[in-house]
Amino acid sequence: MRLLFGTLFGLAVAALVGLGLTYHALTRGTAFGGLSIDSWTAWPKTGTVDADPYARASIARTGRLPTALGDGVSFTLQSDDEGKALDGRCEVILSGITPVARFWTLTLYNPDGGLVANSTNRYGFTSQEIVRRADGSFEIVVAPRANAGNWLPTGGVERYELVLRLYDTAVGVSTKAGREVPMPEVMTRSCP
Amino acid sequence: MIRWLLLILGGALLGGIVHLATVIILPRTATQDAYARLSPIAQVNTVVALPAPTPEKAVMPFMDPAFASAVCRYDLSQGPLKLTVPVSPAYTSVSFYTRYDVAYYAINDRAAGRRVIELDLMTTAQREQVPEDEEVTAADRLIVESPTPTGVIAIRAMAPEPGLLRVAESLVAASKCSTQQPEPPPRAPVRPPEPPRPRR
Repeated sequence: MRLLFGTLFGLAVAALVGLGLTYHALTRGTAFGGLSIDSWTAWPKTGTVDADPYARASIARTGRLPTALGDGVSFTLQSDDEGKALDGRCEVILSGITPVARFWTLTLYNPDGGLVANSTNRYGFTSQEIVRRADGSFEIVVAPRANAGNWLPTGGVERYELVLRLYDTAVGVSTKAGREVPMPEVMTRSCP
Repeated sequence: MIRWLLLILGGALLGGIVHLATVIILPRTATQDAYARLSPIAQVNTVVALPAPTPEKAVMPFMDPAFASAVCRYDLSQGPLKLTVPVSPAYTSVSFYTRYDVAYYAINDRAAGRRVIELDLMTTAQREQVPEDEEVTAADRLIVESPTPTGVIAIRAMAPEPGLLRVAESLVAASKCSTQQPEPPPRAPVRPPEPPRPRR
């Protein structure tokens, strides 16, 4: 009886630890070989055949097709430069420039990867649509209410993430954070 | 006391194995991965345009709304696949994914260097049967090898401004993927079926 109980206990621990770790790894989106630049993170290897088992499992779980490396690189942003999670009720300012790429797009998603409904049907910007300063830098205001300039509406959702996709770029597996890969600064300006 | 500690330790070790096993098995058991989501709407070896993602509905999560996209779900068991994609004025890319949604190849309009991206997709076994004629291979046949006999090709054209989405959609819809006739191997001429013998 003691043996049976002990075995069951051991197996229960195993199931809890094993499935808990898997769930944690997949919901937090951990994969090896991430390229972190300020608060932006990309996994260039996820778009290649060298994708590690965690990346493969995460791709299968979310149901997306990853950006192939020959196509481009996706940078995800979940918090501002001070580590505060992006909040759709606040005004978040993105300013600066992007790494060299033929085109880029910036898109706002809810945490499940869906677009966020808003009154203007604007879900993101492309590099061609953006209004720039004379030196080529830009400022994008991600906010629930209309703003002058490049306004990306949040629809007032609590949590969202931004994905910056660089298309036809030299940024890849061997890229290191540095001067060649400048990413926009992210500041939360005003919260209600 | 020691007995319980040992049980917890053993359980944790076993848990580590369970964790690794589930992570590795997951892509093969996932019922809602991209391939499974595309299967009901995309017939095999045909280009199917995907509806643009909206807040209410999207075929897959994390689709880029600035792109018009189409997919070709392929099955190479009947022979190699021929793919032609007209290039849009802005940016066009073709990405290849295995059955388990791993990207193994991608090409864009600039890398293709022409008005039309043309390539042949085949398995490694089919590639080996292609006659070695290097000039032909280098000059006009771009051959891509698929690691799995089935998979998905994503064809995407960018609309730099929302007004250009229609143009991008029509270009993507004009692309074609089809299984080609296998190269006729040298063999004995096929005899026409013999007419039934008249009965006596």
